[in-house]
Amino acid sequence: MSAFADQVYVLGRRSVVRTVRQPANVVAPLLFPMLLLAVNSGGLKAETNLPGFPTNSFVAFALAVPFIQGALFATMNTGTDLARDIQTGFLNRLTLTPMRGIALLCGQLGGVVVLSLVQAAVYLGVGLITGVRIASGPAGVLTLFAFAALVGLAFGALGAFAALRTGSGEAVQSLFPAFFVFLFISSMNIPRNLIEVTWFRDAATANPVSYLLECVRSLIITGWDGEALALGFGIASVVAIVALVASSWALRVRMARS
Amino acid sequence: MAQGVAWRTLHNVLTNPSLLIPSLVFPLFFFTAFAGGLSNIRNVPGFDFPSGYTAFQFVFVLLQSAAFGGVFTGFGIARDFESGFARRLLLAAPNRVGIVGGYALAALGRWLITATVLTTVALLVGMNVGGSGVDLVGLYTLALLLNLAAVLWSAGVAMRFRTMQAGPVMQFPVFVVLFFAPVYVPLALLQGWVHGVATYNPLTRIVEAGRGLLSGDPTEVGLAYATGLALVVLFSLWALRGLRSAERAG
Repeated sequence: MSAFADQVYVLGRRSVVRTVRQPANVVAPLLFPMLLLAVNSGGLKAETNLPGFPTNSFVAFALAVPFIQGALFATMNTGTDLARDIQTGFLNRLTLTPMRGIALLCGQLGGVVVLSLVQAAVYLGVGLITGVRIASGPAGVLTLFAFAALVGLAFGALGAFAALRTGSGEAVQSLFPAFFVFLFISSMNIPRNLIEVTWFRDAATANPVSYLLECVRSLIITGWDGEALALGFGIASVVAIVALVASSWALRVRMARS
Repeated sequence: MAQGVAWRTLHNVLTNPSLLIPSLVFPLFFFTAFAGGLSNIRNVPGFDFPSGYTAFQFVFVLLQSAAFGGVFTGFGIARDFESGFARRLLLAAPNRVGIVGGYALAALGRWLITATVLTTVALLVGMNVGGSGVDLVGLYTLALLLNLAAVLWSAGVAMRFRTMQAGPVMQFPVFVVLFFAPVYVPLALLQGWVHGVATYNPLTRIVEAGRGLLSGDPTEVGLAYATGLALVVLFSLWALRGLRSAERAG
């Protein structure tokens, strides 16, 4: 194994172990989205009676939400862990070793991707147990896992960027409400074409989170919808690339200061 | 004693934007997201709330803001214990029950600000009010009882744990109880196990009665008030035992 790969592996393992050792970091991304799914699937089941609603199972419709909500938790976990590394001086000590800074980023994000895959398996498992059938079949399930990993990477890189720029766990945590607003002002609870209030429909249409949700939803409800997949994967890829470039730059700046 | 604690707590909240803004913004955000995004639910067969979906959601968000106004005040109590201020307060207070009373008054003052902003926004966006003045007083009194119950619950937790890390213990049960009430549709339209849970959830009576009062068609108001008062009595005992626990810890 090359030195760089070795460094990424060690730091990735550290990221996973550190997350597992903090039960709140594992339980919250699993429990909260499932709780919201339970509440909404019971409370909004009546919505399936609206003309034009795409399925008669609200759980199938709402199952997309945990994927994105779980990614928000990934953002917070990555950012908070990285901010703690800055606050405790771990990053400073790292600069004294031959370890490359970018390995820290890759390792941290590797840990997030692993957690995202675990979360996706749990969400899908709960969906299947409650009777959801994935319209796109086994290949669709694999695509869902790939999408969960990509979204986890993109949001994790955003969290890393916030941590590297601010160096403060509190500042990273304060981003959560902002992300939450993006989630709620989207097609999270109702398809965009069924939103009556014009400004809300326009906001949901302009909100990239709607397309991430609709990508997951298309695989579960519709089958293979090229447009929804292209938009979902495209937006997630753009966010991932921009966030990775930004966090790499922020890491260089941070390490130069150390 | 109570007046002094209340003044200090309110002063802290009103002069610290990071404490004031979330308690104002979150209810408005939920109101916008629910009433704006889900208004099509009024077309679901069986949904027959006469004042419309905005009013239907307003009542839930008003009650939610009352409950979380109490919980946020509980965070302040925990912060006072962490900083050592609450211990000095316990030493100085001639009547320590007044400390709990002061925090409860502060929670009420804090919620009144939120309720005023929320109501103003709701009326500005055209919320229909079918209830009379007496009905509306009934609705806001129900919310006040919920605010009191929530702050007493949170005070009990804060005084037992005496750390900010107890925040989720205060917040999570309130969140669960609120969201297992009929949030988006009336109880009759809830389906599956959520309907069963909501039927026995004490908050359901308060939410449904509140909606009835706003629309001018009061239902189960007596039961809702009895539930609210029972919660206040229960959590008063909880808070007072928490106070004794804090006293024993010194």
